[in-house]
Amino acid sequence: MVLNNNIELLYLKDRPLGTLEAMGLFVSPFNNLLCMLLGISFTVWFTLLLVFIIVPAVFGVSFGIRRLYMKSLLKVFEWATLRIERGAKEKNHHLYKPNANGIIAKEPTSLEEELKEIRRSGSSRDLNGSSSTSTGPGPSSSEFAMSDIFYFCRRGVESIVDDEVTKRFTAEELESWNLLTRSNYNVQHISTRLTVLWGLGVVIRYCFLLPLRLTLAITGVTLLVVFTTIIGFLPNGRMKNFLSEKVHLMCYRICVRALTAIITYHHSENKPKNGGICVANHTSPIDVIILASDGCYAMVGQIHGGLMGVIQRSMVKACPHIWFERSEVKDRHLVAKRLSDHVEDKSKLPILIFPEGTCINNTSVMMFKKGSFEIASTIYPVAIKYDPRFGDAFWNSSKFGMVNYLLHMMSSWAIVCSVWYLPPMNRQEGEDAVQFANRVKAAIARQGGLVDLLWDGGLKRSKVKETFKEEQQKLYSRILVGTHEDRSRS
Amino acid sequence: RWRLFSDLLYKHNFSEIIQRASKIFVSHSQITRLYSRFHSLDKGENGALSREDFQRIPELAINPLGDRIINAFFPEGEDQVNFRGFMRTLAHFRPVEDNEKNKDPSAGEPLNSRNNKLLFAFRLYDLDRDDKISRDELLQVLRMMVGVNISDEQLGSIADRTIQEADTNGDMCISFSEFIKVLEKVDVEQKMSIRFLH
Repeated sequence: MVLNNNIELLYLKDRPLGTLEAMGLFVSPFNNLLCMLLGISFTVWFTLLLVFIIVPAVFGVSFGIRRLYMKSLLKVFEWATLRIERGAKEKNHHLYKPNANGIIAKEPTSLEEELKEIRRSGSSRDLNGSSSTSTGPGPSSSEFAMSDIFYFCRRGVESIVDDEVTKRFTAEELESWNLLTRSNYNVQHISTRLTVLWGLGVVIRYCFLLPLRLTLAITGVTLLVVFTTIIGFLPNGRMKNFLSEKVHLMCYRICVRALTAIITYHHSENKPKNGGICVANHTSPIDVIILASDGCYAMVGQIHGGLMGVIQRSMVKACPHIWFERSEVKDRHLVAKRLSDHVEDKSKLPILIFPEGTCINNTSVMMFKKGSFEIASTIYPVAIKYDPRFGDAFWNSSKFGMVNYLLHMMSSWAIVCSVWYLPPMNRQEGEDAVQFANRVKAAIARQGGLVDLLWDGGLKRSKVKETFKEEQQKLYSRILVGTHEDRSRS
Repeated sequence: RWRLFSDLLYKHNFSEIIQRASKIFVSHSQITRLYSRFHSLDKGENGALSREDFQRIPELAINPLGDRIINAFFPEGEDQVNFRGFMRTLAHFRPVEDNEKNKDPSAGEPLNSRNNKLLFAFRLYDLDRDDKISRDELLQVLRMMVGVNISDEQLGSIADRTIQEADTNGDMCISFSEFIKVLEKVDVEQKMSIRFLH
């Protein structure tokens, strides 16, 4: 009745209504309908979420939806790349193609070899083998030549054009475009269709995938905190360990789905066992989630404040993780002692450590810090390699904060990676911690197809040590004047 | 309107960059690679590199002549180098064979001629740009290359011997022509060239 009256009023031509008034009259009867619709869709949404994502996560099964998604995405990317190449050819534009093998040819000759070569070519004297004559310096009895600087000069300019270290601290460049603006380096406006596709991608990622993933993430974290706190009240024993294991695995699996992470585990027979230390290459904080959703580990780290701190404190109630206060981190002996105490107790879970100490962009493995290799226990190396086509997992901590990074992660297409469990390694006789660390690092680099570098990951933020320059200077001085023995002989 | 949108979406306009740069480096792919390198070194994102940007490269920081090489990029009295300056300095290291493709007689002597390569090396010694390498300048470079491992006297006698051999006009300094003479048999073209992989 009220409805009819209102409509009559509207249609009275000699009493025009303002739009706001008109809307107000329409909304109130539809209010209930709107609420009902919202309620229903929310319930449907949540049920679907529960059935297809959360329940499988709890039991550790998978419907294969993510792999299907991955395959279809790949087809779309291939199409996009072909389209870009075709378009570039038509318009005669130049396409930028990044090259992972470096952009210039670097000869691996040493300082000594090169200097000998330069001097030999520059010397106008015959090489008659006698280096003890005093008629002047020959190439074998080294003296300074003005052409010596060529070596240092060229090496210096080569490193300006392309060096091995700085490119490891920024995201890897892709050969094909994966429809994300952040990985788009030079794509010109090629075709409307491509831009539309990109726009569609933005809508799907931000309006559909992101809320879905956020819901899952919040669910996963909440469940973790709540359940581990509850388990904390149980008395220590087999039941507690069993439950804690199940709870951790379940919550990590939900988090894995929150990132749409598609992970392939290889060689699971080499999974880390109690009393061992698991070492892996570090690309992002997500590494932890990836490894911990397939096995149970004791985490090592510094206690943070805020939400991280809450999670850490509740996790440690259910099973013994190793958290350090900020002040304790500097004390290397204390750290080593706590780690060795943990590994000696065979009932405790294997420790998870990232010896690089910082996030590297997953094209290389940088120097492993020797601290964890000094402890006497079995090392279980793990190699993690991300597929950069679906989303770049690298956390560039100097550019993005944690929240920004997580937002990037959750609005990428997917995180696709492979995990290889390598056979366990032990320190051999006569091998010191540094050599052992390098051996493990080489094995991980080989398996993951990464470049094995001796440089310290800490160079991301700090300057290189002067000792390296001093080594070069010492080497050159030795060539100039020979060692003490050479001088006393001549 | 498309222009603005495409500026937001597509970060760099490569065809423009290539146009302006093709007089210095001929190959398009080399120009784009150098541009991307310039951009990745430019942490402040202001289109120019400072000395700190270069020093951030670890392999350059441990090079005994690192500072002198960095200096070569910066013209007199300036502390910023833009992409054009960056390329002009690097162009000295193009292999000499590259010039075959760009036979332009009016262009003058190319930056990567043997002479210009030698001039680049000469300027590494000749800090005050007076076209002469004095004994002090030679000592400075020697000290940079050997660090603390050789005594002052020994270094001094090495410097004296070098100047004696090279100096032909008796002014106790090495001029550019004397420098060229000393190095006439050295394969400068090969030792001071960088080859791109594409």
